Amino acid sequence: MNGSLNANHLLFLAQGALWTVGLSLIALVGGGALGFAIALCRVSGLRAVRLASGAYVQLIQGTPLLVIMFLTYFGLPPLGFSVSPLAAAGASLTIYVGAYLGEIWRGAIQSVPRPQWEAAEGLALSRTQRMAKVILPQAVRIATPPTVGFMVQIVKNTSLASVVGFVELARAGQIINNALFEPFLIYAIIAVAYFALCFPLSRLSQRLERRSGRGRTTLMPA
Amino acid sequence: MALNLDFGAVLERWPSFLDGALLTLQLAGVATVVGGALGGVAAIGRRSRYPAIRRLCEVYVEAIRNTPLLVQIFLVYFGLASLGFKFSAVTVAALALTINVGAYTTEIVRAGLDAIPRGQIEAAEGLALTRAQIYRHVVLLPAIERVYPALTSQFVLLMLASSVTSQISAEELTAVANYIQSDTYRAFETYIVVALFYVALSFLMRGGFWALSLVLFPRRRRLGTPL
Amino acid sequence: MHTSPPATPDAVVTLRDVHKSFGPLKVLDGVSFEVPRGTVTAIIGRSGSGKSTALRCIDRFETIDRGEIRVCGHAVHDPALDLRRLRQDVGIVFQSYNLFPHLTIEENITLAPTAVKGLARAEARARAAEVLAKVGLGDKLQAYPEQLSGGQQQRAAIARSLAMQPKVMLFDEVTSALDPELTGEVLRVIEALAASGMTMVMVTHEMGFARGIADEVVFMHRGRVHERGPAAMLAAPTTPELAQFVGSGL
Repeated sequence: MNGSLNANHLLFLAQGALWTVGLSLIALVGGGALGFAIALCRVSGLRAVRLASGAYVQLIQGTPLLVIMFLTYFGLPPLGFSVSPLAAAGASLTIYVGAYLGEIWRGAIQSVPRPQWEAAEGLALSRTQRMAKVILPQAVRIATPPTVGFMVQIVKNTSLASVVGFVELARAGQIINNALFEPFLIYAIIAVAYFALCFPLSRLSQRLERRSGRGRTTLMPA
Repeated sequence: MALNLDFGAVLERWPSFLDGALLTLQLAGVATVVGGALGGVAAIGRRSRYPAIRRLCEVYVEAIRNTPLLVQIFLVYFGLASLGFKFSAVTVAALALTINVGAYTTEIVRAGLDAIPRGQIEAAEGLALTRAQIYRHVVLLPAIERVYPALTSQFVLLMLASSVTSQISAEELTAVANYIQSDTYRAFETYIVVALFYVALSFLMRGGFWALSLVLFPRRRRLGTPL
Repeated sequence: MHTSPPATPDAVVTLRDVHKSFGPLKVLDGVSFEVPRGTVTAIIGRSGSGKSTALRCIDRFETIDRGEIRVCGHAVHDPALDLRRLRQDVGIVFQSYNLFPHLTIEENITLAPTAVKGLARAEARARAAEVLAKVGLGDKLQAYPEQLSGGQQQRAAIARSLAMQPKVMLFDEVTSALDPELTGEVLRVIEALAASGMTMVMVTHEMGFARGIADEVVFMHRGRVHERGPAAMLAAPTTPELAQFVGSGL
């Protein structure tokens, strides 16, 4: 790759964008599964489980994603585990996203009105049945807008996978820039590409939020 | 599976960690104060009478909220350079973080402003207060009180996100960790230590914001009720 | 252009042929009345009759489409009106009190005198104590609005307006949000104010009160002044609409 920006560069960027989407999906699925478990633990009947899951959330929400990335990618090999950039990025994002989605979903579960919990108890359903049949279906509706909103954060946060050498959109931009050295132009293109991925999600979450009548701003890590 | 962990070599470098933590706090502090003010102004701008001002503020917010901080930092860094400005990495980092958190603050403060009942503003207008006086005395503080938890969480998230400025070699906490781990070959221990530093800084900031709330919201201090 | 007949020389508030629409909905359809200095005018009528809109037009919370409004020498219908000078002469009290919840009662009252009139803090405080005593809340200076009952909050809101020493006071259904047992304390404050010679315009549902306090009653119906006269007219309505309105017990 040399000279000025050409179709090959753009193809390379498109490939990177595809990996950004792929990594986002990995983070969503992995972090979603972990987050679901965390959310259930946070409302568990067992105090120890609540405390442990709460500590996990506090710890992860107090640590930058970048440090988690470095910890998995640079920290594990000296201990005898070899990790690929994809594995490191996927694992870090899962750990990180799990904590945030866990909190969002815990909030959703707990904002299912009290009478619903009591009614479910009155029906002599088991704790699992109450959760699965009465509480969670309602929590899903409450949780959807902030979850879609958080997907924007996931997409943006995948850019940090570039620091461990995973070639997604941001890293693809750096590589092209190393050849062309037109940083401002290239990062502007990268920014536009991220915007194109994120803006529709943002709008969707705003629309969902408006429809559900909850005007609350959800927390968004930068 | 025997993990062979040795924190000694890493912990020996505590003065460097402290230096890094100090810069992290300074970056977060500047961005919080300046970005917070920027966000307040832009939130008011989003309610302006003039469509052009509303639009400008909206574009700012959407552009920042839909692109990664890492890319914003590079854009500011290389953008200023291509315009012929030469700033230190720390200055660029502070600038990028300020612009970034300003956009998030805008949306949060705007939600607070929207929650102020119309009657409050009418009552103030009826008392002949100017628009600026109404914002200052009647609207802004209650709006901020309503969204204070979201606002302060955002500032803590900003502090954590400032780790990204290590990528343009601002010598904050994460950058310090990077060179300590390359010196000591103790990457795992280093990043564990630095993670705990960040957790401690998060608690420190939360404590600071709690103390600040006592000063900002005397009514809540006395009555303890939400607005 | 129509030429206006000369206004009542001592009128503090004059409305002349005022028209106002919200979109296709005509709310005021040629409203005229005046309020002489030192008198109390009660505006009554069903909800949707335009009575609150008429009151809000006096303080320019609504702009009018056509007609003329003069208040204490200010041409309220004029787009070039100095709004803040008008509002220094006019006090307004709302149905929902609208005290500032984050400020103590004293701060609520001293805010405008210090910020708008440039009163020194000590002087503003003295004035706050004085007006609060007038509404029977002398001991509530340091309370926050949420610590007061609805009736107390409304009295504090009246005191807040009085502290600006207005030349005319507007009351927009000030007892409608209150529990019945709390309306009396607010009405007594307004009565005392009337007795002290304050010029007042009030939109009210309290017929008995209007009869007792008003020098003139303006009955509005479908955006017009349907009947107008001394309070005694409530006992002997001349139009079937007013008869029905009074008879309905409202």
